[in-house]
Amino acid sequence: MRAEAQEFYKGTYLENTGRYKGIWAWLTSTDHKRIGLMYLYAIATFFIVGVIMGLLMRIELISPGKTIVEPQAYNGLFTVHGIIMIFMVVIPGLSATFGNFFLPIMIGARDVSFPRLNLFSFYLFLFGSFLAILSQFMRHGPPDTGWTFYAPYSTTTGTNVIMATTAAFILGFSSILTGLNFIVTVHRLRAPGMRFFRMPLFPWAIYATAWIQLLATPVVGITLLMIIAERLFRIGFFDPALGGDPVLYQHLFWIYSHPAVYIMILPAMGVITEIIPTFCQRKVYGYKAIALSSVAIAAVGYLVWGHHMYTSGMSGKSLWLFSFLTFVVAVPSAIKVFNWLATMYKGSIDMKPPFLFALFFIFLFTIGGLTGLVLGALATNVHVHDTSFVVAHFHYIIFGGMGFAMFAAIHYWFPKIYGRMYNLKQATVASIIMFVGFNLLYFPQFIIGIEGMPRRYYDYFPQFQPAQVISTIGGFVLAAGLALMFYNLIRSARKGEKAPANPWNGTTLEWQIPSPPPLENFDEIPHINERPYSFK
Amino acid sequence: MNYGIHYGASNFVEKIDYTFYFILGIDIFFFILITILMIYFVVRYNKKRHQKAVQVQERTWLEVLWITIPLILVLAMFYVGWKNYIPLRRPPKDALEVKVIGRMWDWQFVYPDGKVATTLYVPLNKPVKLNLYSPDVLHGFFIPAFRIKEDVVPGKNNYTWFTATQLGEYDIYCSAYCGMRHAYMYSKVKVVPTEEFNSILANLKVASSTDGEAVLRNNGCFSCHSMDGTRLVGPSFKGLWGAKKTVITPDGKKETIVVDEKYLEESIIDPNAKVEEGFMPNVMRSYKGIIKDEEIKAIIEYFKNSDGEAKKE
Ligand code: HEC
Ligand SMILES: [Cu+2]
Repeated sequence: MRAEAQEFYKGTYLENTGRYKGIWAWLTSTDHKRIGLMYLYAIATFFIVGVIMGLLMRIELISPGKTIVEPQAYNGLFTVHGIIMIFMVVIPGLSATFGNFFLPIMIGARDVSFPRLNLFSFYLFLFGSFLAILSQFMRHGPPDTGWTFYAPYSTTTGTNVIMATTAAFILGFSSILTGLNFIVTVHRLRAPGMRFFRMPLFPWAIYATAWIQLLATPVVGITLLMIIAERLFRIGFFDPALGGDPVLYQHLFWIYSHPAVYIMILPAMGVITEIIPTFCQRKVYGYKAIALSSVAIAAVGYLVWGHHMYTSGMSGKSLWLFSFLTFVVAVPSAIKVFNWLATMYKGSIDMKPPFLFALFFIFLFTIGGLTGLVLGALATNVHVHDTSFVVAHFHYIIFGGMGFAMFAAIHYWFPKIYGRMYNLKQATVASIIMFVGFNLLYFPQFIIGIEGMPRRYYDYFPQFQPAQVISTIGGFVLAAGLALMFYNLIRSARKGEKAPANPWNGTTLEWQIPSPPPLENFDEIPHINERPYSFK
Repeated sequence: MNYGIHYGASNFVEKIDYTFYFILGIDIFFFILITILMIYFVVRYNKKRHQKAVQVQERTWLEVLWITIPLILVLAMFYVGWKNYIPLRRPPKDALEVKVIGRMWDWQFVYPDGKVATTLYVPLNKPVKLNLYSPDVLHGFFIPAFRIKEDVVPGKNNYTWFTATQLGEYDIYCSAYCGMRHAYMYSKVKVVPTEEFNSILANLKVASSTDGEAVLRNNGCFSCHSMDGTRLVGPSFKGLWGAKKTVITPDGKKETIVVDEKYLEESIIDPNAKVEEGFMPNVMRSYKGIIKDEEIKAIIEYFKNSDGEAKKE
């Protein structure tokens, strides 16, 4: 950080000041805002690739038997769709983009604690993503293990598993370093007077997430290395033919990958908690409860991984415990939903696009959460586990939850980031199309899942076809909504009307500085003497 | 007959469905509550009607209320789920034991006296315990109509059980992803009256180690290899004996070989040593220790004697 005495640069972060011009000025920038935006552009690109793969699968599934691709190609599609969406889109999705951009501003800092490390994380992310995409095109064909890389299939199949797991390993490292950076930033760089319980709730969520990133990601890193070692040196961690244990892999994998679900969803909850008070012009209801429930989720969320493995043949006691804890961890999420609703009570509600997205989030996330209870209970899990019920459930949580929160965040902070406003009407229309398409796409999967349609199936019996057709139609409706949203945003970033500094009348710090923000965010670091969200 | 969800096909259906409706009922209540509140607030407190927000104070009792009520409800769900799950892990002692072999990509069922079938025949109203065995990768044994599912884990002795309570035919799926033809790893369970079951069992064959074709069938070779020249995942066995093949060794070199005893044995024990051109390596697992020497001999005999059309080329 620069010394306070130095003169404050008045230009915005979008103007180039350093040695380089054009794209180089971006690629070498250590400014947290630019890094956040670079993440955003990269992630949006990967997202589009993932969506296209999803649509290809939907076309394949529109009728039984072969429609457009062979089984092996289909298996590659769902694997790579999963790898891209999970490791390259959803996990870094909110924290690396809006966390980077707004965490420092919202706590009154000029940057993160380690700006160069931040840029390094970005390059690790790009490199990992590059490898993941490359694994598609190399000699032995795309990995075909599913994004979970379950052993011993993953240690024996002939496809490019090594490259894909290396990619996931590197992406994990990027995530660890980002988490570390944010933890230190929150501890060291809060503005004077900003105690922990005066921090806005998005930074709280990012902070809780960062701890999970830092503590859980190394486990999956090691697990993926074990897969590689087993493939290269026949070491025998997981393959019983070599003396290993396949269930061990599942434990190790989910010890990370369950908390990873919270890496995805906590920042999303944080965004929603920012948006609702602003558009209701009301102090958030239950500030402390929301902040602490993030921490509770992060903590208990570590201990529930076994609920992915109820049918693996675990001992009765561990089944009992995992199911019990799974139900306990549902409570903090419920608390948040009630707090959001209570915040709307007697507010003065302005139905602008970010708020609409937030409402859709609550609706979809609630469905995702409630169907999660069916999966958490042992008796019902046995029936719906590994069926398309699970597919529907986690898309409701991850896409309906994290995805819609991401769209909400873009529409909320867009005028701050670019100093311009998008077309509100188009944004509203796009959000409604997406909402309708989303439900058409995923809801039928619940029903055929209950009827016994297993997941990761290239082919199916005709009785499942009507639902599959509705899903495919929904997929294209959703894609049309996405296209309209992207069109509106891209056009408006360059040509939109000029936006005022605080178009939504928000109270957190990012709305108190000009739009787009100045290079160093704050002319003078503010002094904080009350809780956020105090609307007058 | 594989339509819909089936009620009453096994002893577990009632309990598991009850758990499902119990949870679903609570779910629907909360879902409606949340949705209605959301819509009501959005309409009632819309900016147009409600210009100035009221900064309501938090009430502790309210927060305590919405922590305790969900907590009690989820614990109830947990309890019902657990209680109704316990019977699934407790097969009765007198159950008929059947070994289920799940492998890439078919199912096979071995009865106590060594008789083998590819459809699971079970007697009505008699408990059946299934011992799940996989020689290769993970599979999942799933009968939706019975509400049972258990992973078939190589190296682990998993089991599941049921009592079929309705005559009929029901689907068996593989629920755990297992590679290229995962979606085709399908079989059926046929529930028949006891007398019919006994006569079916009497007519089934014992797994033979001297009949080459039986060895091939019992080890699931035909899910990847055809006898009639059709190309599946692996090369067809039609006219295999004495055929000339181009193979690729692990270091990427091409070689031309003639299929003889040594090549066949190697292809079964160490399939990756020579991979036929145009096929993927690492798809076929090694059958070392799974297929006995005498069985390999039987397979080779079988190839020698089956029709040799391709030999002429
Ligand atoms: C999972 C699919 C799969 C199963 C099951 C399978 N194979 Fe194969 N097999 C292949 C593939 C793919 C190849 C070609 C690549 C290679 O040689 O490894 C092959 C090659 C062979 C070859 C060499 C044929 C040639 O034309 O060069 C023989 C012999 C063979 N398999 C025998 C068997 C026997 C015997 C069994 C049953 C015990 C069996 N396979 C089960 C996939 C399978
Ligand atoms: Cu299988």
